[in-house]
Amino acid sequence: MNQKQTFKGSSDYVVSDELMRAVNIAMALEKPLLIKGEPGTGKTMLAQAISKALNKKLIIWNIKSTTKAQDGLYVYDVVQRLYDSQFGAEGVDNIKKYVKMGKLGEAFSSDEQVILLIDEIDKADLEFPNDLLWELDKMEFYIPETKETIKAKKRPIVIITSNAEKELPDAFLRRCIFHYIQFPDKELMEEIVKVHFDNLDQKLLDSVMDAFYWIRNLDINKKPSTSEVIDWIQALEIGGISAEKIKSEIPFAGVLLKKNEDLETVERSRRRFRA
Amino acid sequence: MFISFFYLLRSRELDVSLNEWLTLTEALDKGLAGNSLTGFYYLARSILVKSETDFDKFDGAFLEYFKDIKTYEELPKELLDWLNNPKEKKNNYDKAQDEKNLQLSLEEIQKMLMERLAEQDSEHNGGSYWVGTGGMSVFGNNGNASNGIRVGGVSRRHSAMQVAGERHFRDFRNDTVLDIRQFQMAFRKLRQFSSRIEAPKTELDIDSTISETCDNAGNLKVVYQRPRKNTVKVLLLMDSGGSMDYYNNLCSALFQAVQKSSHFKDLKVYYFHNCIYSMLYKDPYCMYGNWVETEWVLKNISSDYKVIIVGDASMEPSELYGRSYYNYGARTDTPGIEYLKRFKAKYKNLVWLNPIVDMGWRTGYWRQTYDALKKEFDMYPLTVQALDKAIKKLLVSK
Repeated sequence: MNQKQTFKGSSDYVVSDELMRAVNIAMALEKPLLIKGEPGTGKTMLAQAISKALNKKLIIWNIKSTTKAQDGLYVYDVVQRLYDSQFGAEGVDNIKKYVKMGKLGEAFSSDEQVILLIDEIDKADLEFPNDLLWELDKMEFYIPETKETIKAKKRPIVIITSNAEKELPDAFLRRCIFHYIQFPDKELMEEIVKVHFDNLDQKLLDSVMDAFYWIRNLDINKKPSTSEVIDWIQALEIGGISAEKIKSEIPFAGVLLKKNEDLETVERSRRRFRA
Repeated sequence: MFISFFYLLRSRELDVSLNEWLTLTEALDKGLAGNSLTGFYYLARSILVKSETDFDKFDGAFLEYFKDIKTYEELPKELLDWLNNPKEKKNNYDKAQDEKNLQLSLEEIQKMLMERLAEQDSEHNGGSYWVGTGGMSVFGNNGNASNGIRVGGVSRRHSAMQVAGERHFRDFRNDTVLDIRQFQMAFRKLRQFSSRIEAPKTELDIDSTISETCDNAGNLKVVYQRPRKNTVKVLLLMDSGGSMDYYNNLCSALFQAVQKSSHFKDLKVYYFHNCIYSMLYKDPYCMYGNWVETEWVLKNISSDYKVIIVGDASMEPSELYGRSYYNYGARTDTPGIEYLKRFKAKYKNLVWLNPIVDMGWRTGYWRQTYDALKKEFDMYPLTVQALDKAIKKLLVSK
């Protein structure tokens, strides 16, 4: 057995206590970690942070609506082989030359342990997670074309993220460790912001936090998240806005809110608030 | 171990399987709970619960099962009150003391805390031994020591009982009887594949490739074809408000399932109140003015759409047969039944889904329209099995 590794967050990723536990549990039990949470709570960032903290290579498999489970394992380029055979190119009889590993295959055949991020699994077809059950359980798959079994040399640490656009099948869920990232509270958020900005005026930060959580509590459609607040602070710093103005004017609101209705809602409540 | 906890969770409608339970046992064997109740809480939750909507049920069960356990985290109230209001913080950082503190493990600190609590009987601020505020000891609030236990104050390090007790996830509960996924699976069957769509030719056509290559004297000639795609178009008409309010959850599950079924070529949704009249509303609030003419829908939405009407078909008979005298703004002198019949005449593939699963005990005038519409339309109750049947019906022409 390899020595026990634990994850304690990294220099540019602030991790909550619960999340840290979940990551360590998943690593110790060698099961995939399924991360759900509001957009912008740093689900994808987590894998990068783990990879950095444990100094392991990160392999990202981005899922799209057209992605099939097979794509992650391997692709057999038949057409290329047919063409090559026409012109008598060398090595046509070697099927292996035409079998290209997908992201999962890449992770399995790596000599060192890697972190595999399956990003936004809910984007794919409903059956997609079911098609990966065996592969994620046993960490191996068979390539009929070459009669080879690809088995993970070192079980990769698998992180799966989901935005809950589709419900995932039970059989799949049962094999995962689950963690729901809650939206950070003020205290944690301040910590996160401080990681991104070296010397931020505490007064500015306070009024940003006040304004931000005030906006989030309004009845708006698309609530601003961590990445937006960071962009906002950047904009405020560049614009040289004073801390007093932030709460009363909400400058650069377009950075925080992406929908017209939401901007209007904030504008309306702001006026009421001042009156 | 804790087998009764397992059954308690199951009795709380948490779908915990034996597999997951064994995983938890394995995790406990490996010491992943860190010998603390808090550790156990998070460990159990992340292994056993797979949706944030179930966190609340888990919290409830956890509280009930472990309510009698005394933990280190419980402290006398006076102590907490005092610690929550720190006295002025002194600039008393002591490097030697800090290094000494750093040698201590969490267990040692906890043990020391319990001993100290037994000895201490007054407030201490700014010192390095007792529990207090602004000091260098390993316990207390707002202090300068690099490690140690924060006693009191606002902390993110919640104990398990606190976390469970706060029931953070109450809002996430959704006690829907039917799983959206089950509905989605049913809707998947609603598909008709055709390659006669406008898409680039991206799939290798093996048969044609072979025959073209043969014609080409054995020189390879690759032929591509268009991928086959679903061509099903759906028109969903939903009854909203009034007697339908009872079935809100069920209907919203159905609606979400249809919305999330991205495999339809086109999906159009309109709403009506009680019965279809001259106007169809664009949203479920059925507000005056936010509508399209039913006539327009009938003219512009071609007859190859599959139509699904969702409604309880229960109304006052005059609302179905009568001409306008009571007005929602959409009614004219054409009775509702007339519009319904027009839909039936135009669209060959039309089903009616009814959230009333069993009409058995109901009587009175509601029953009249229900029976009449049931005779007129292919009506199915809104259950998973019946939905399967309805979808089969949508796929075959009469």
